[in-house]
Amino acid sequence: MQRIINFILSNRNVFLYTFLLLISLILTIRSHSYHQSKAFNSSKWLTGTVYETSNGITSYFNLKKENNSLVEENKRLREQIFNIKTNSSIELDSSTIDFEVITAKITKNSFASPRNYLTIDKGTKHGIKQDMGVITTKGIVGIVDNTSTKFSTVQSILNTKSNINAKIKNTDYFGSLVWDTNNYNTVQLADIPRLVPLKIGDTIVTGAMSSIFPENIPIGFIKEFNLNDAQSSYNINIQLFNDMANVKNSYVISNKNREEIIELEAKTNNVQ
Amino acid sequence: MFNNSIIINSIRFILLVLGQVLVFNQMNFMGLINPMIYILFVYWYPLRENIAIFLLSSFLLGFTIDLFSDTMALHSAAILTIAFARPVLMRFCFGANFEFQGFTFKNTTQLQRMTFLGLLIGFHHLIFFSLELLSFSHFLLILKKVFMTGIATFLICLLLSSLFARETE
Repeated sequence: MQRIINFILSNRNVFLYTFLLLISLILTIRSHSYHQSKAFNSSKWLTGTVYETSNGITSYFNLKKENNSLVEENKRLREQIFNIKTNSSIELDSSTIDFEVITAKITKNSFASPRNYLTIDKGTKHGIKQDMGVITTKGIVGIVDNTSTKFSTVQSILNTKSNINAKIKNTDYFGSLVWDTNNYNTVQLADIPRLVPLKIGDTIVTGAMSSIFPENIPIGFIKEFNLNDAQSSYNINIQLFNDMANVKNSYVISNKNREEIIELEAKTNNVQ
Repeated sequence: MFNNSIIINSIRFILLVLGQVLVFNQMNFMGLINPMIYILFVYWYPLRENIAIFLLSSFLLGFTIDLFSDTMALHSAAILTIAFARPVLMRFCFGANFEFQGFTFKNTTQLQRMTFLGLLIGFHHLIFFSLELLSFSHFLLILKKVFMTGIATFLICLLLSSLFARETE
């Protein structure tokens, strides 16, 4: 017994190293397959506050550009409203609204690693929950992953774990949007069958299959496409509308019917 | 002297975390290069201190950066390993005499120090990017990332270490 204790004591640094390494390996490898860990992410108070402070300073440098893009969007939305061909004014009855929008500032962004996360300055206090969609004026950004009271992390579409339902605009051909980590301006659309007529420049929008994003939110356009090895479906490269290196203001979309949809799907699965 | 070392290392810890998170993680040079300057913590850490505390503080430094950059424990695993391997690397770079009491960084050559820093960065980046991608099919991509980020880290670490060189060590 004495010798075992002596052995452990004389090698205590090796044991300490192995122990700490094990912890970090477990955390890392688990995060490859599951949601990010609840406890360790940048939505927490300390990290969130540091990023918010730093963003409070640096956001001034982009104010002009941001204002322009917001005015552009306002103009587009105004035009849509003026050209709606219904006789009555738009109803704003809360019981008929399916989607609610919460504005949020992106305080931290990353796009250089294979699994990128963003941090936004709104949290559960403002009504943000896991699995809400995040978009900007130009296109989609990602899905809310973890929340704290004041901050949330967003799993970017530039994340190998991301898998979003998308379709070709004005058709019903849908596939899943993934990222191959090569370029932060391009994502890939998989599972589009060979029969579908494609053209370079076709617009890709979010599909109706997901309960996270509303249908027809712009994503990007087709940059190039070719048949996959099995010659059965296309590999499509999509140029994003969003400049993912420069996203500042965002909208978080909450689907009021999401819980009902999930409940219903769970019931259906249980019956089968 | 004991307190002095604790204070200096704590300040260094905080400044390295802030510098890494707020400045160098936002660089994204050419879309993929983010120099990891916090390796300087291992490079600068005093020689004759308790190794257990050194390992723990290195792990904590990596973990803090992980928290900020949502990388789970990639930074911690990488910096922990080079902290553990530091004595071996030092023996390799400076010869056996680094274990003697009189040894300081001052009486080593510039080339020896650069080799030491280069080895620290090389091992750190290799571990970091292997764990990040976690697949052997991307071996070339891992090497490319290690090489490109490694050069950037090396250059900036050299600049920083000559900028903040201390007279006493």
